[in-house]
Amino acid sequence: MDSTSAGLARSAVKAKGRRGPTNPFRMALIGLAGVIPVVIAAVLLFLVVYAWPAIRFNGIDFLLTKTWDLGNLYADPVPRHGVLAPIGATYGCLVFVAGTLASSFLALLVAVPVSLGIAVFLAEGVKRQLRTPFAIVVELLAVVPSVVYGLWGIIVLVPIAAHIIAPVLAAVFPFIPFLAQAGGSGFGLLSSSLVLALMVIPVITITVFDALTRIPKEAKEAAYALGTTKFEMVFFTMLPMIRPAVIGAVILGLGRALGETMAVLMVSGGALNYMPTTLMSPISTMASFILSQLDSAEQDESGLAVQSLAEIAIVLFVITVVVNIVARLLVRKGASR
Amino acid sequence: MTEAAFAPSFNRAATKPRAVAGRKLRSSIGWAFCAFSFLLVAAPLIDIILLVLVRGFSALSVQLLTQVTQGVSGGLLNAIEGTVVLSIGALLFGVPIGVGAGIYLAEFGNGRFGQIVRFMADVLTGVPSIVLGYFSYVTMVNWLGWKFSVLAASITLAIMVLPYMAKMTELVLRQIPIPMREAAYALGAGDSKVVMRVLLPVALPGILTAILLSLAISVGETAPLIYTAGWSNYLWNGQVVHQPIGYLTYVIWSFINQPFASAHALAFAAALLVMMTVLAINLAARAILRVRGA
Repeated sequence: MDSTSAGLARSAVKAKGRRGPTNPFRMALIGLAGVIPVVIAAVLLFLVVYAWPAIRFNGIDFLLTKTWDLGNLYADPVPRHGVLAPIGATYGCLVFVAGTLASSFLALLVAVPVSLGIAVFLAEGVKRQLRTPFAIVVELLAVVPSVVYGLWGIIVLVPIAAHIIAPVLAAVFPFIPFLAQAGGSGFGLLSSSLVLALMVIPVITITVFDALTRIPKEAKEAAYALGTTKFEMVFFTMLPMIRPAVIGAVILGLGRALGETMAVLMVSGGALNYMPTTLMSPISTMASFILSQLDSAEQDESGLAVQSLAEIAIVLFVITVVVNIVARLLVRKGASR
Repeated sequence: MTEAAFAPSFNRAATKPRAVAGRKLRSSIGWAFCAFSFLLVAAPLIDIILLVLVRGFSALSVQLLTQVTQGVSGGLLNAIEGTVVLSIGALLFGVPIGVGAGIYLAEFGNGRFGQIVRFMADVLTGVPSIVLGYFSYVTMVNWLGWKFSVLAASITLAIMVLPYMAKMTELVLRQIPIPMREAAYALGAGDSKVVMRVLLPVALPGILTAILLSLAISVGETAPLIYTAGWSNYLWNGQVVHQPIGYLTYVIWSFINQPFASAHALAFAAALLVMMTVLAINLAARAILRVRGA
């Protein structure tokens, strides 16, 4: 931060003896600001404490097991791995991790080129008067509630996926098993990825657009002086200059896609014990699974199922927090150059 | 375009007429891709808005706004009331804490603690809403025994809007020139007087914008509410704990999967109300910012 941002702290330096940090007003503000780190710590702490029996029961296999089976809920639970568990109960989140990663990756595959295209279009391609209305379109995309995306997905996107995209892909690429499944309901990996792409695009676009508009005029003029066309100037000069910001924006979008719940839940088809094999496979993501399974997990008297869901929440929390921290550091590095 | 007027390029071969034509063609294709990308997202946005408007308005009626839900038909009064109650509850907790945190970050937050809070606020915006919802389910709904309740749901929403409030308040306060603070101190005002009497009045439009955007987030959120607010067919009886409450986004999610026309009508009507509210709030926030900037 630069010196203009010092605020009261700078103004108050001379008066330090009279009102130092012990001033009650300042203590109150510190208390309020402290709520934010306390919440983060509390989320992690309470989830881990709550999920501890499940963490002990599942061990490291949790991340490698495909089966999610609540076991026999009508018999008395028996002790296993030092924890009372229903007979035959197995908890594994591999299917959901796979669904989350696959849908987020495919979403980025679509969203990244499109977002870069839009950002370049807004920053350099349109007249100044059109820039604001066009930017509003992108920003509105970011404020549509995710449940409305899900609604649109069910009504519009899923039929398109089932009746247009899937048959066309199957006809064009009959030799690629991943693409060649013509049947299916349309609820699945493809629809989830497309909805996610739509939700991620504004995140990436706005970040990249901001970085593009901050590039000094001299750099553009230097490129023009070499005789480039305008597009060559953008592609060979501007985009390479903001590479850290672009990477950060993409990872920021990834964080958004990994944690998205409602829209994905509504169009994903809700797979259980089933790895996605084609573009039309039904999937479950970690977030959508937590939401959809809590009801049935509560039927488990031993509580292990609900605790295992909490363990999924911890895995999701850790993944998204790490992804976001990396993204923020990259965006910041890109901005400071 | 005047590219042709520019002198020799990357190397001599690239300036031969054929090469120049090829480069121009590639540039045109590039621009076409950029414009196409924009259409690719503008079309779904327009389709979403049209779908919700058309289907929503055809389902909207007076009794929808005056009756409560009965099974999968009836009205949405309980859900509308619930969304209002939960959003106000979220602001009640989220705004004072968020604004206070923002004041701290802007005015005293250049030390290590400020850095940590700022960083944690970024982290908190990235935490999936379902994780926060599950946290509330474990702690408030279960351990504290509040059951599905207004209080648990409001606090969850408040946690979600908290980092936005803090970051935006900080941003607004940092735009106020330092001499204003120095002038106030020179008149003998203390920290609290400078903040309350000088800085906050100036920052008010910006903070109002932040409150509006937080309201939009609360109105549109679904995932963290499902296991904190529950659902209720009845109007709220004023209890903050032990009493589930309905809300509009639940209707969209849950009723669109029912095989009844009346359920679909309710879902679209709810979607219309949510979309209109969220869009109106965002446009209002934008207008406030523009008036201030002019």
